[in-house]
Amino acid sequence: MRYIEPHGHMVSRVTDDYEAMILAGCRAVCEPAFWAGYDRSSAQGFYDYFCQLTDYEPKRAAKFGLPHFTWLCINPKESEDTKLAAEVLAVIPEFLDRPNVLGIGEIGLNKNTRNELQVLEQHIDLAARHEQMILVHTPHLEDKFKGTRLIMDALLADSRIQPERVIIDHVEEHTIQMVLDAGFWAGITLYPESKTTPPRAVDMFEVYGGQRVWLNSACDWGRSDPLAVPKTAVEMRKRGHSAEKIDQLVFQNPIRFLSQNPRFTVR
Amino acid sequence: MDARSKLIDIAAFLDRVDRGEGEPDFRLDAFRSALAELQLEEPVRARSVLMSLSDPTLEPIAKAPGKGAVGAWPGHAAST
Repeated sequence: MRYIEPHGHMVSRVTDDYEAMILAGCRAVCEPAFWAGYDRSSAQGFYDYFCQLTDYEPKRAAKFGLPHFTWLCINPKESEDTKLAAEVLAVIPEFLDRPNVLGIGEIGLNKNTRNELQVLEQHIDLAARHEQMILVHTPHLEDKFKGTRLIMDALLADSRIQPERVIIDHVEEHTIQMVLDAGFWAGITLYPESKTTPPRAVDMFEVYGGQRVWLNSACDWGRSDPLAVPKTAVEMRKRGHSAEKIDQLVFQNPIRFLSQNPRFTVR
Repeated sequence: MDARSKLIDIAAFLDRVDRGEGEPDFRLDAFRSALAELQLEEPVRARSVLMSLSDPTLEPIAKAPGKGAVGAWPGHAAST
């Protein structure tokens, strides 16, 4: 088996996880910027984080022969502070030329507030001005449906944004259809409790097709599993899906989306 | 067997709630309403359960009450 982990927060994982992922067939890992579990106190804290994502972490992954890519932003959980967000947004452009940067992400909403929406629109504008791809985080649990609709409205309101260059992540059964109908890519996140389990992910693949869909573990410092993607491939195999179909979903699809940025290459 | 196990877990959870003291918050009513979606006779149950627990409104809120989600939208309880 071969697969791409298109969404993993590796800075919060131990090195053994890299080894396990390589052994399971991982060929590349992509790391969107996210919340550290606490609010950073300044833009300088984000500057240091962006250095970690673009310098240190790729070197740690390279020790296992694993290409590491990243996406940059201030995450929605810290977007209530619009002054801090403006300072962080001003820092991001100087990192966009780093060789492992794929775009702006994971941006989106958390509690669907006015300030979060304002910062989301500023990120969308930043991505458009710098011709960057976008990776979107959708809110949790009861906030997901509303947040997904607000995010899609904000993206579609900007004529510079091409939906096929945007992935809206963490879709579930109540949001996947509208995301695909609008022309975006959809990311299915595999978590032990919240978001989606491997059987539900395969259900969605069977019902909605796998044309513009990827799977990811979004592994971080919470309850999550860096091997969730290959475990879902096993679930597909149990149901009788062909090796070609599995390969398309867990390997070829993420490559098809990510290769829209020529920096993304897999050996 | 997997679904059977999860079904009994839910039954045991509801028993545990009944044995507990104090008033449950709005999420228990939301949970019971979501259970009713399982009786649908079309393959839309997962979507319907998720929707029954979701905020269906479209207006951004003024200020975040916190960072986390709680699992159900309190507005459903407020409107009944």
